[in-house]
Amino acid sequence: MDIIRKQLEALPVRPNLLDYEAERAAFSWTAARRSLDGLPGGRGLNIAHETVDRHAAGPRSTRVALRWRGRNDAAQDITYAGLRDLTARFANVLATLGVEAGDRVFLLCGRIPMLYIALLGALKHRCVVTPLFSAFGPEPIATRMEIGAARVLVTTASLYRRKVDSIRARLPALEHVLLLDDEGGAALPPGTLALQPLLDAASPDYEIGPTDPEVPALLHFTSGTTGKPKGALHVHQAIVAHYETGRLALDFHSDDVFWCTADPGWVTGTSYGVIAPLAHGITQVVDEADFDAERWYTILRREHVSVWYTAPTAVRMMMKSGAEAARRHAFPKLRFIASVGEPLNPQAVTWGVEAFDLPIHDNWWQTETGGIMIANYPSLDIRPGSMGKPLPGIEAAIVRRTHDGGAEPVDDPAFEGELALRAGWPSMFRTYLNEEARYRKCFSGDWYLTGDLARRDADGYYWFLGRADDMIKSAGHLIGPFEVESALMEHSAVHEAGVIGKPDPVVGEVVKAFVALKAGFEPGEALRRELLGFVRKRLGAVVAPKEIDFVANLPKTRSGKIMRRLLKARELGLPEGDTSTLESA
Amino acid sequence: MSATPETIRQAVIDSVRAIAPEADFAALDPRRPFREELDLDSFDFLNVLIELHARLGVEIPEADYGKLGTLEAILGYLAARLESA
Repeated sequence: MDIIRKQLEALPVRPNLLDYEAERAAFSWTAARRSLDGLPGGRGLNIAHETVDRHAAGPRSTRVALRWRGRNDAAQDITYAGLRDLTARFANVLATLGVEAGDRVFLLCGRIPMLYIALLGALKHRCVVTPLFSAFGPEPIATRMEIGAARVLVTTASLYRRKVDSIRARLPALEHVLLLDDEGGAALPPGTLALQPLLDAASPDYEIGPTDPEVPALLHFTSGTTGKPKGALHVHQAIVAHYETGRLALDFHSDDVFWCTADPGWVTGTSYGVIAPLAHGITQVVDEADFDAERWYTILRREHVSVWYTAPTAVRMMMKSGAEAARRHAFPKLRFIASVGEPLNPQAVTWGVEAFDLPIHDNWWQTETGGIMIANYPSLDIRPGSMGKPLPGIEAAIVRRTHDGGAEPVDDPAFEGELALRAGWPSMFRTYLNEEARYRKCFSGDWYLTGDLARRDADGYYWFLGRADDMIKSAGHLIGPFEVESALMEHSAVHEAGVIGKPDPVVGEVVKAFVALKAGFEPGEALRRELLGFVRKRLGAVVAPKEIDFVANLPKTRSGKIMRRLLKARELGLPEGDTSTLESA
Repeated sequence: MSATPETIRQAVIDSVRAIAPEADFAALDPRRPFREELDLDSFDFLNVLIELHARLGVEIPEADYGKLGTLEAILGYLAARLESA
């Protein structure tokens, strides 16, 4: 596909990054740190101070920080001054309950204002915060809260009833459950506290305690191909990278209205749906509702969104309804569109031009990297299908694994290898909680090994090729097959299960399960439905399989590992490759 | 087509259960967000609409998805569409 050439003089705003090579050469993380204030009196660096309190104390105090739009016609605008008071109240509630710095606070809410208030308020109190995706079922919620040893949970009465009540007994570390009443004043379940009265009684002033920049702030879970989900731990100074990537990759300017469509339950929705825009003191749009093309066009237009960060699945769903649907609206303020979550196909990049007169800029990063690592920039020509070039301050390489377990960069545009990043940027994860060995396995010397396969062309653009493992990317969400297989295995009829990502034109991949039954059970529609319902109830719709096939047995290696790759090859009708190590091929 | 409120409701239940067999309509408040209460993601929701089309012959244009937020709204929408068909 043709390169999309950029003409700087035609851009409505002069990009922050004008000359890629010059910016790279001049960049240093130490200098970047100076864009932030630090806590008064040299008491360290705290995300909540940089995103809220420093703006509330200055000329931006009356500016709207969060422009919330509810599922129905509800709306709420919260200024920086207002956000300062609300987050202070929340931090004081935690203090009153005896919650201490370092304690883990989990959030399970839709995109309602309290999610943002609790997240930032807990950071003020120097707690470690985990926003969980509210569409998770009880099992993924329980697993993550067990690993994280959650002491506090903030959720709504309806989510508690549907998803937490049944797993509460598994969470002995959970002391405080703070509920928002969304069920019209029905009596709260035992063992919970109504949050609103506590907030009303709390002081709107809170002084953030000394915060070492290396103190943990956020715990984001990511799935693995084997074993339980991993809790990637991020520290307060990750905000240096959030700020800089907001400036360079999303091109934030001081009068921008920004909309990140991701849910904070995924890392994108926290790093860019909360922290980066607020660190810049700009207005951030939050929409409570799920994707709906017409609704989204209306929000873009009515809220005067100027920078928009969305996901390939959403773009492809908009493409289905046609560019004319977008063309019926006018978006005079919109000037930059970016996308993340999975590779953006070239057709989607150029569809942006048809629908919005703007190409869509793909970028790449992971839960572990905490922020955008490789990106297409406003000033840089786009090669549709490429994820772009590494951020200033980020050194990337395509590496070959050596037989002694090391990794060596290969500088050959034809070489397809693993994407690696030189360790040391501020938002890099600091460990997998309680799993130091798994953390260490991600590194070879100085290189963080991403698990993604890519190549770099002769001009330095990176191209995503696939995962080096069996992880599934569905609607931009990384889903671990092991978690799905484990849930299926809990059913009394299931002997074993293998789970793959089946390619899908809209969501990238859908989760598909192959199930072998125990002796005495017969495959059939009734059992298929029973299994589907069983596993959906445990995992929730976003993680559960969309398709279940029965098989007589699953292909395994001699050591007994299920060969998911072979299941996938069969599903796609591809050659099965070398099957010599298989037990049943 | 003579669709009674009962047949429409049953078609909705059957369509959802084809995709989400665990869906508990007895516990569903018809005025609360439908997709959230029944845990249907976007992919599920589109498949439910395909099932509905097969059962009732009503094709729902994407521009109308926003009118389908609660069970009550869906039943009302389908009744109106079948009425005018």
